[in-house]
Amino acid sequence: MKLAKQTKSLLLKVVVPVTFILLWELLSRANLISSALLPAPSSIIAAMIDWIFGTTGLVESNSGQWLVDAGNSALRVLIGYSIATVTAIVMGILIGWWKPIEQLVEPTIQMLRPIPPVAWIPLAIIWFGIADKPAIFLVFLAAFFPILVNTIHGVKSVDKNLVRAGGMMGANQWHTLRYVILPAALPNIMAGMRIGIGAAWMLTVTAEMVAVNSGLGYVLWDSYYFLRYDLVIASMISIGLLGFLTDFAIKKAMHALLPWQRGASIESI
Amino acid sequence: MAFLEINQVDKIFKDAKRGTQVQALQDISVTIEENEFVCLLGGSGCGKSTLLNLIAGFEKPTIGEIMMNGKKIEKMGADRGMVFQQPTLMPWLTVQKNIAFHLKLKRASRQKKKEEAQKYIDMVGLTGFEKHYPHELSGGMSQRVGIARALLQNPSLILMDEPFAALDPFTKLEMQEELARIWQKNKRTIIFVTHSVEEALMLGTKVIVLSKRPGRINKIINLEMDRPRDSTSPIFNRYKREILTLIEKNEEPLLEEDSMHQVI
Repeated sequence: MKLAKQTKSLLLKVVVPVTFILLWELLSRANLISSALLPAPSSIIAAMIDWIFGTTGLVESNSGQWLVDAGNSALRVLIGYSIATVTAIVMGILIGWWKPIEQLVEPTIQMLRPIPPVAWIPLAIIWFGIADKPAIFLVFLAAFFPILVNTIHGVKSVDKNLVRAGGMMGANQWHTLRYVILPAALPNIMAGMRIGIGAAWMLTVTAEMVAVNSGLGYVLWDSYYFLRYDLVIASMISIGLLGFLTDFAIKKAMHALLPWQRGASIESI
Repeated sequence: MAFLEINQVDKIFKDAKRGTQVQALQDISVTIEENEFVCLLGGSGCGKSTLLNLIAGFEKPTIGEIMMNGKKIEKMGADRGMVFQQPTLMPWLTVQKNIAFHLKLKRASRQKKKEEAQKYIDMVGLTGFEKHYPHELSGGMSQRVGIARALLQNPSLILMDEPFAALDPFTKLEMQEELARIWQKNKRTIIFVTHSVEEALMLGTKVIVLSKRPGRINKIINLEMDRPRDSTSPIFNRYKREILTLIEKNEEPLLEEDSMHQVI
């Protein structure tokens, strides 16, 4: 019974993409879609397989290089995102908790925040040259603000009486921040982290297209110049897949770190 | 020297935005001895919670001072336990960890935290719910955790701010009986804020009746009734009538009568 239900739910999930891909393949084979504009799914899959395993040499110099490309991009995301997470959480708690610090840095942050991270690309290249550093810098910028803003909001919306309860149980300033404020703000912080990871992937790819000579974004842009649209789409799929997997990992971490929210909200996680 | 001395306390709240100020408490003087169960009784807006917040150290008196064991109260501290109107448990901690929070701050060993918490979990009748999270508990159970949490830190004074006000009548009665039982077994000083005459009479050894705006002491009544208390007994009803009359009179306060009542 349960198995039948699971099969049905799985069918429901795949019916749209499968129909779409089949239709696309059929229309390509009937020459109704020009392969110069949009390669058929089968040729994209062939390109992808060679890119990953290097079996046919179909994608020439990129053959068998997928792991290196994906690894390069993932490493930039990981480093930039980690730095952003740590600094944004620490700063967010300080800003949310101490009024003087808020008054000191909040206006600056509010001024910098509306500047799209991509607008920093020229400066990033001037400052850091063409390599990993400008990409990491841009990833940091992209992930930093959503985490920071959510952390500040999380800290500010902590129940005043919860802080009092902590104080009456003997909590000093550090105890309050570590054992009351941080856990109470964690759901908001994690929400910011999920927005941040999406932004981080976006900026890695953008940076790789402009300022770096490796990674998935670089392959995507390079393939465009060489009219390899099969590889362009294979890159897009790779980026989407890795973005999805990292978001999934954060979502899992969220559930592990916030077991007390299970069953407390409408989305029973 | 009494255990707790409140000396001529005034509390004025300034509203900077509106440019107004409200006098919440006026000339409150009272002394409380150890192991008393004091009920602060008054209608909403009489400043009873304000007075409790001053004793807790959440706020400071505008005029006057509050001394505990001869030491001026100036900030929050674990020498006083607090039970809030809303349970105010840490939602991310299980029942056991909520109750052991004080020990965690003192860096007690895992074993000690577990053992101590269990003692109080059993005392308030929550055995079997150690691993539950606050959102999985009913209102009454949450409040039991709040009480156990305050008892564990073994404070010389427990402050309770209408802890049963949000509970249904059945649970309320049960909790009152339980609290009276716990207090009799583990004697200590409790200051209990309530707006219910019956609740004050069920629990207290002493009732401080506050009058409204600004909050002043109307009368202090020492209750001489046996426990467990019977809310239908003649003596209970005599006290009730006395307090209700006081409250009624308070609608048009007579200065002379008030000052006379303040002499205990």
